[in-house]
Amino acid sequence: MDWTRKDLLDLQSLSAEEILTVLDTARQFKAVGERKIKKVPALRGKTVVNLFVEPSTRTRISFELAEQRLSADCINFTAEASSLRKGETLADTARNLEALNADFIVIRHKAAGAPHLLGRVLNAHVVNAGDGAHEHPTQGLLDLFTIREKKGSFEGLRVTILGDILYSRVARSDIWGLQKLGARVTLCGPPTLVPPVFTELGCRVTPRLEEAIADADVINLLRIQHERQRKGMFPGLGEYTSLFGINQERLRMTKPDAIIMHPGPINRGVEVDSEVADGERSVILEQVTNGLAIRMAVLYLLNGGHVPPAEVN
Amino acid sequence: MTDPLLPPRLLLSGSQVSSAMDRLARSIADAHPAGDGVVLVGVQTGGVQVARHLARNLEALWSRAVPLGHLDVSMHRDDLDRRLAPAVHPTWLPFELEGHTVVLVDDVFCSGRTIRAALDALTDLGRPNRVELAVLIERRHHELPIHANFVGQAVDTEPRDRVEVEFDAEGNANRVLLEPGGPA
Repeated sequence: MDWTRKDLLDLQSLSAEEILTVLDTARQFKAVGERKIKKVPALRGKTVVNLFVEPSTRTRISFELAEQRLSADCINFTAEASSLRKGETLADTARNLEALNADFIVIRHKAAGAPHLLGRVLNAHVVNAGDGAHEHPTQGLLDLFTIREKKGSFEGLRVTILGDILYSRVARSDIWGLQKLGARVTLCGPPTLVPPVFTELGCRVTPRLEEAIADADVINLLRIQHERQRKGMFPGLGEYTSLFGINQERLRMTKPDAIIMHPGPINRGVEVDSEVADGERSVILEQVTNGLAIRMAVLYLLNGGHVPPAEVN
Repeated sequence: MTDPLLPPRLLLSGSQVSSAMDRLARSIADAHPAGDGVVLVGVQTGGVQVARHLARNLEALWSRAVPLGHLDVSMHRDDLDRRLAPAVHPTWLPFELEGHTVVLVDDVFCSGRTIRAALDALTDLGRPNRVELAVLIERRHHELPIHANFVGQAVDTEPRDRVEVEFDAEGNANRVLLEPGGPA
């Protein structure tokens, strides 16, 4: 189907058809990455600003490479270097970037909804690269792409997301995307990080690992963000690992063709041990490759998306 | 202005398309009597269908298999910010370009912009010895200095008309329709 949206803000508002359009398009961009010349001129002459108000290395690098492979010019604007520190509002910062003729703004921000605000006030295309604990749509899309590549389709597929669901924007994007495409989602982790309220989104919620992984086709391990883990959410890393860490022994409880995913960076020995992370069931590095293709596809599709006349300032 | 009441009209019937396809195959075979080193590359999506059909005709003339590839030109178009993003189809070349004569194949040649994009896309994939262009239908509204080497059928149209080659379930072109777009 035709892609008509100006911005990519979240997966919650996308239809299943729109999600599949991105995945189909990304398949062709993945093929570009396998060629000797990995660059195409689709975004030649366009300027992309990577506005990372919250630090990130791998997502920014993935976007940056995607932009370069589409022949766009890109500039990186990080929180440390920015006038946001001097009291300028986010909308003013973004308007200044647009005044430099930026065509796209890729934004990561600690506040949920920041990309949506920019999408409303700017003519530039806005891509959400993670907003607070709300969504991380390109991560969700690359997870969907990877699952589709490995499993073929989503209908009836069982996907278990394990770990810190409460603070995870990846989990929310995955949940929206998976359910729209017909997969069944199970969430598992310490009850403080996986509150029963998620059943309202249509997910199965359980604190029992064995139950969560026994029938799963896909197990997505979320990173335990121990460096900024809220105090008291769970007793400690050691206890988390003993209850929820995936090791060889636990892998044997899963279906023989279940795949292991992780958005990275992995904490070896915490949510997953090295043997599993590097094992043949792990698709963690393929996720990284697929992320590049997804981001190229998103930028390519948005480039043709029009601003509805009523929203033009 | 476009007159929405003007119905599509038949430009070429099934037998006329078939003759055009035969002429196209024969003119390629005339230029390359043994077909040595010739590969066909169809431009997605209509050109791929024509190239498949053409490959069958050439196989009969050359008595050997004709290598066939697909080329998508969406990422190389010059109008990407003037339209909704075109669907990207697979590019698949089951041969090296180096050392071959590539006959690019498209269904309808009009402005030349698709072929300009195709030449750039091809350049990113390798360096063929030579590139030639075969088109089933040629419309004379060139906007770039690009000309076809082989033409199945030239047709007179207005710039705003749309010309569609229709294919049957087996991928054979079975008719060509013109949707009038009114005077420019």
